[in-house]
Amino acid sequence: MKKVISLIASIALLATTITGCGSSQKSVSTDGSTSMEKVIGVLSEAYSKQTGITVTYNPTGSSAGIKAVQDGSCDIGLSSRNLKQAEIDAGLQATILAYDGIAIIVNPQNTVSDLTITQIADIYTENIKNWSEVGGSNTEIVKIGREAGSGTRDGFETITGTSDKCLYRQELASTGDVIATVAGNPNAIGYASYASIKDTVKALSVNQVAPSETTIKSGTYEIQRPFVLVTKKDQKLSNEAQKFFDYMTSSNAKNLIAAAGVVAAN
Amino acid sequence: MQGISKKRRINIAILKSLMLVATITVLALVVFLIVYVFVKGFPNISWELLSTKPSYTNGTIGILPDILNTLYIVFATLIIVLPLGVGAAIYLSEYAKKKRIVRIIEYAAETLAGIPSIIYGLVGLLFFVQFLGLRKSLIAGALTLVIMNLPTIMRTTQESLKTVPQAVRDGAFSLGAGKWRVIRTVVLPGCVDGICTGCILTVGRIVGESAALLFTAGLAHSINGFVTALSSPGATLTVALYFYAKEWGEFGVAFAIAAILMILTMLINLAATFIQKYFERRRQL
Amino acid sequence: MKKKKIFEDIIHGIFLIIGLITVGCVLLITIYLIVSGIPAIRQIGLFNFLFGQKWDSTASEPSFGILPFILTSIYGTAGAILLGVPLGLFCAIYLAKCASKRFKIVLETLVSLMAGIPSVIYGLVGMLVLVPAIRNIFHLADGASLLAAIIVLAIMILPSIIKQAITALAAVPKEYEAASLALGATPIETYFRVSLPASKSGIAAAVVLGVGRAIGEAMAVMMVAGNVANMPSLFQSVRFLTTAVASEMSYSSGLQQQALFSIALVLFLFIMLINATLNFFLKRERKN
Repeated sequence: MKKVISLIASIALLATTITGCGSSQKSVSTDGSTSMEKVIGVLSEAYSKQTGITVTYNPTGSSAGIKAVQDGSCDIGLSSRNLKQAEIDAGLQATILAYDGIAIIVNPQNTVSDLTITQIADIYTENIKNWSEVGGSNTEIVKIGREAGSGTRDGFETITGTSDKCLYRQELASTGDVIATVAGNPNAIGYASYASIKDTVKALSVNQVAPSETTIKSGTYEIQRPFVLVTKKDQKLSNEAQKFFDYMTSSNAKNLIAAAGVVAAN
Repeated sequence: MQGISKKRRINIAILKSLMLVATITVLALVVFLIVYVFVKGFPNISWELLSTKPSYTNGTIGILPDILNTLYIVFATLIIVLPLGVGAAIYLSEYAKKKRIVRIIEYAAETLAGIPSIIYGLVGLLFFVQFLGLRKSLIAGALTLVIMNLPTIMRTTQESLKTVPQAVRDGAFSLGAGKWRVIRTVVLPGCVDGICTGCILTVGRIVGESAALLFTAGLAHSINGFVTALSSPGATLTVALYFYAKEWGEFGVAFAIAAILMILTMLINLAATFIQKYFERRRQL
Repeated sequence: MKKKKIFEDIIHGIFLIIGLITVGCVLLITIYLIVSGIPAIRQIGLFNFLFGQKWDSTASEPSFGILPFILTSIYGTAGAILLGVPLGLFCAIYLAKCASKRFKIVLETLVSLMAGIPSVIYGLVGMLVLVPAIRNIFHLADGASLLAAIIVLAIMILPSIIKQAITALAAVPKEYEAASLALGATPIETYFRVSLPASKSGIAAAVVLGVGRAIGEAMAVMMVAGNVANMPSLFQSVRFLTTAVASEMSYSSGLQQQALFSIALVLFLFIMLINATLNFFLKRERKN
C-alpha cells in the first residue's frame, strides 16, 4: 500500500513540476472561441515579434473560455457571443474586439444571389423548401448548419429569429466542413464566418446588402456577431496581459485585425 | 474435374467468382485510396511547408511544429509506456503464480485494447487535463496515449517472452543467480524483438491518433524545446490535418499531410516486417 | 542471504505494482465514466434518456433522448458488418488459400497500410468523393447519410477482418484439408466446407473485433453522416453515439456536457459487452 501511495505522490510531484515550469514563464494565456483563432493568431504573432512575450491560445469554445477566466485558469477569455446576464452578474466584463459577419453561402452554380432575412428564416424552418420559391431552380433546398453550442450557430439563429426551430439536413462540426459540403452540393445553403469564406462557395447578399468590411462595420449587413475579450471586472490583469490587452484594442491593431478578415470595433 | 455434377460445378464457379470479386474490390479500394491521397497531396508538399511554422500575418502554413510535436509525443509516450508495459509482461510470465491475478490483469489489458479512442480522449480530459491540472498539453496527451498503448506493448513482450526457452532460465538459476539477475541477463535480452515490434506498433498508433489527442493535447503550432513543449498544448500531424481541413477548409494542406502520414505508415509497416524477419533469422542461428 | 531475499521481494513488489497499473487504468476509466455519466442520467431520468426520441441539447427547453443515437450506432455497425464481413472473408480465403505467394504479400502489405491510415483521411475522402457520389447515384438532395457512414465503416473494418481471418484460416490443421481433398472434394469446396467451418471461432472473433471498431469510430463518421439527431433511415442524416460526443463536446457546458458524458458511458457499456463476447470466442478458439 505504501508503495502505491509513494508512486501516486511521485506522479503528482512530476505533474506539478511540469505545470509549474509552464506558468512561471512570462506569457499571456488566452482561451476560448475557435472562431477567433485567426484574429488572435495574427495579433499574438505580431505582438510577440515586437515584445518577445509569448501569447498562448487554447481553442476550447466560447463558453469554456468564459469559464476559464472565471476560475482564473487563463488571463483573457475569448468569446464569439455577447456575455449572458448570469455571466455579467458573476463579475465578468466584455470588451468588443471586432465584428465578424456570418456569410450565407450557396454553391457557385446556384442562380440565387440575394435573400431577405425572413426568407432565410423560412428556409431554415422549412416554410420554404424549394429553391424555385426564392427564384432559383426547381430543386430541394439542403440546409447545412453547425452543431449545437457553436457560436456561429448561436449568432445565426439569434439574428434570424430561428433559435431552436431550425431543421437541418446536416449539422457539421466545423467551418471547413460547412464550406466543403456547400461547395460539393449545388442544392445546399449554409452559414460560415465571413473571414473563412473561400471562392469555392458564393456568399449571398442579405436584404440587398453584400457582406464586406464596410457593410459589416456599419451594421447594414445584419447577420454578424461580436468577437469579445472577457476579463474579470474587479481584478487587475497581470502586467503582461494588460499590455497585450491594450495592444489588441489600440488603433495600431486595426490593420492586423482586418488581415484576419474581420472588422475592428474601434 | 470429371465426374462432378453440374450443380457442384456451378457452386464452385460462384464461390470462385465471389472470391475474385471480393479480392479485386479490396485491391481497387486500397489502390484508389492511396492514389487519391497522393495525387491530391503531393503537389502541395514543399520544402516551405515542411520547414516553417504557420504565420498568420503572412497567411502561410508550415507543419514543422506539428512534426516536432509528433516526435515529442512519440518519445514521451514510449519512455513512460515501455517500462510499464514490459514490466507488466514480465510480471505476468515470470512472477505471477496465482492464476486469478493473471486472469484479472489480462482481462484488464484486453478491455483497454477494445476501448475506442474517443473514450480515452474524454477520460484523459477529465483526469489528466482537469483533475491533475495538466491543462491541455503534450504531456496530458502522452499520458492518455500511454494507457491506450499499454496493452500493445504488454502483448508483444509477452509473446516474445514465450519464446525464451525455460531451459535457459533454469540453467541460469542452477548457476545460483537470483531471480532479478536472471530476468535482467537472460529474459530481458530475449524479448527485445517483442519490445521493438511493440514500439513500432505504438508509434504507428500514435501517429494516426486524432480523437484522443484533440481533447487532451489541444491545438497549437508553436516551435518549442522538448520540456516547454510537454507543458504546452500542441497539435500532432494528424490533429493538424484535422484542424486545417475542418477549421480552415485548407484541403490542399490536409492532403499533403495525409500523403506524408501515409508514407510514414508505409515506413513503419516496413520497419515492423523487417524487424520481425531479422529476429526470426537470428533465432534460427 | 536474507538481504538478497528482501531485495528480491522488493523487485517482485515493483513488478506486481506495474502489473496492476493496467487494472488501475481500467478502474480509472470505468469510475470516471460512471461518476461523470450518472448525474445527467439521474436528472433526465434513465427511461427518458435511453428511450427519448428527441435530442435538442441547447434549446431553451432542452430534451436529451439518445434513442436515435443508440439505434443509429446499432444499424450503422450492423450495416458495416453486413457489407464488410463477406467482402473481407472472401478476400481472406482467396489470399490464404488460392493466391500466389507474391500477390499475397503485395495485397497483405497494402491491407496493413490501409489499417494504418488515420481515420480523418477516411472521413476526408468520404466527404469529398463518397457523399457527392451517393447524391448523384440515388438522385438525393444530399448524400450525407447513414449509407455513407456504413460504407466508410465497412471499408475501415476491412483490414482487421482480413488479417484476423487469414490468421484463423492458416491455423486450420493441414490434415483436415488433405482428408477432404482425398475424399474427392475440389480445393474450393474444401476451403468453404472444411477450412472455413474449422476456423469459425477465429472468424467470429474477427467479426466481433470489427463490430468493436465500427461502433467506436468517431472522426471519420462525423464527416460523412450529416450529424442530425434523426431516427435512423438509410438516406437520412444521422448521428452516432460517438459523433454525438465528439461533435458537441468542445462547446458544451452544464447539463449538456454531463449528458455527453452519459452518452460516453452508454457507449462504454456497449464496448464492454462486445469485449466480453470477443473474449468468449477467443477462449473457445484457444481451447480448440
